[in-house]
Amino acid sequence: MAEEELLRVEGLSKTISGTSILSDVDMVVRKGDLKVLIGPSGGGKSTLLQCINLLLFPDSGRIVLDGREVTFRRKREVLAYRQQIGMIFQEFNLFDHLNALQNVSIALRKVRRMSSRQAAERAERELERVGIWEQKGLYPAELSGGQKQRLSIARALAMDPAILLLDEPTSALDPELIGEVLAVIRDLSQRGMTMLMATHQMGFARTLAQEIMFMEQGRIVEQGAPQELLSHSGAEQSRTLSFCSKINELYA
Amino acid sequence: MLESLLAVKNALPYILQGSLVTVGIVLGAMLIGLALGLPMAVGQVYGTRPIRYTAAIYVWFFRGIPVLVLFFLFYFGLFNALNLNLSAIVTAALVLGLRGVAYQSQIFRGGIEALPHGQLKAARALGMSDTRAVVSIILPQVLRTSIPGWANEYSIVLKDSAIAFVLGAPEILSRTHFVASRTYEHFALYLTAGVIYFCLTWAGVHLLHRLEKKLYIPGYSS
Ligand SMILES: Nc1ncnc2c1ncn2[C@@H]1O[C@H](COP(=O)(O)OP(=O)(O)O)[C@@H](O)[C@H]1O
Ligand SMILES: [Mg+2]
Repeated sequence: MAEEELLRVEGLSKTISGTSILSDVDMVVRKGDLKVLIGPSGGGKSTLLQCINLLLFPDSGRIVLDGREVTFRRKREVLAYRQQIGMIFQEFNLFDHLNALQNVSIALRKVRRMSSRQAAERAERELERVGIWEQKGLYPAELSGGQKQRLSIARALAMDPAILLLDEPTSALDPELIGEVLAVIRDLSQRGMTMLMATHQMGFARTLAQEIMFMEQGRIVEQGAPQELLSHSGAEQSRTLSFCSKINELYA
Repeated sequence: MLESLLAVKNALPYILQGSLVTVGIVLGAMLIGLALGLPMAVGQVYGTRPIRYTAAIYVWFFRGIPVLVLFFLFYFGLFNALNLNLSAIVTAALVLGLRGVAYQSQIFRGGIEALPHGQLKAARALGMSDTRAVVSIILPQVLRTSIPGWANEYSIVLKDSAIAFVLGAPEILSRTHFVASRTYEHFALYLTAGVIYFCLTWAGVHLLHRLEKKLYIPGYSS
């Protein structure tokens, strides 16, 4: 537990067209942590993740990454900051006109200004790491859902992010494809990658997450280690646990 | 019958030279439309409110006025007032081009709006600026999906180029008219002109169709 703090969010709030979507969110992610965000749909998980990498601009609050406070003002700084944060979307959001290799190399070339050859070499390594090197010449439409999501992970990893934000990375997948994506995420976690992940995969969260945060109506209403929140001991059942039994019923 | 054929045979080289002029006008117009229509489409989708309104006014201006009126307006009106001495050919290319900007911007705007939104978000998340994302991610896809619309636009501009006749540009119709008024072989000569227009339409559309196939990417329906 002595790990260094990597990301600190304090008092983050966001209002979209008059509705408060996030109110006063605090969190700390330490290096190497895998933190899981759960909660009902519409609770603000996606909005929070997008505020953290400034795809959306918070109305108030502080974000500190690796000891440096993030200023939201200068365009250049925002672009540089976003490179440090990898983002994985539920819907993959791959570039449809580029093959797998190019999907990974394009930002290396256009943002990192690497030569085509260097970028391609790096991209091949990332594809290998997520197990789709053989598909490097295929276009997104030719990949399975699991391969698509692994490609989007490779694309994010190529930028050497300090942290990965994953927004329900398996929710758009057929059940039989979820495992291969979770395996990649588990592997990354075991190699020390810092991650913040919104997910409904409770089995995964229980075994791998350092901490679970339960989010509802734009607030983090509970947080703690999985064994705390998901055990039946204690005087009353946690919100997290009752939510989980509900989704488990759904899947049963 | 034989006389008609003979008239066509004699006039054909002269008229075909006019098709070079026609092709020049159309190519010029299409390229102006592409060069300015693409940024205008980007402005219409991603631009600030003043940019969007300016673009909308531009589009409605050129959409709302007949080409013939535009020709007169620019050739006799605007260019005269500005003391610009532009030839009929250049004027035709310019006016059809400026109108093409309006129409092509609508083709490209549709293409941009049809793309899944998430790609722009993903590009931003990788640290790309919006300009970079538009250039490297959005436009390459939009240019591909817009080829059918562009082929259609080409076939319209090609046929509208005949209106350059009124300015005296020596294109297909002017030359046909010139010969016909002397030989009185109206039917045979205008039919010839029609066939030339048809061939040019077919060739251009066919070429663009081949380009579309060449640029095919798995997953694109069109
Ligand atoms: N662009 C937007 N405009 C208005 N409301 C939005 C917008 N984006 C999200 N919301 C609202 O914000 C709330 C939180 O959404 P979201 O962050 O997607 O939650 P979650 O990811 O937990 O399902 C929802 O009520 C949603 O309707
Ligand atoms: Mg969500």
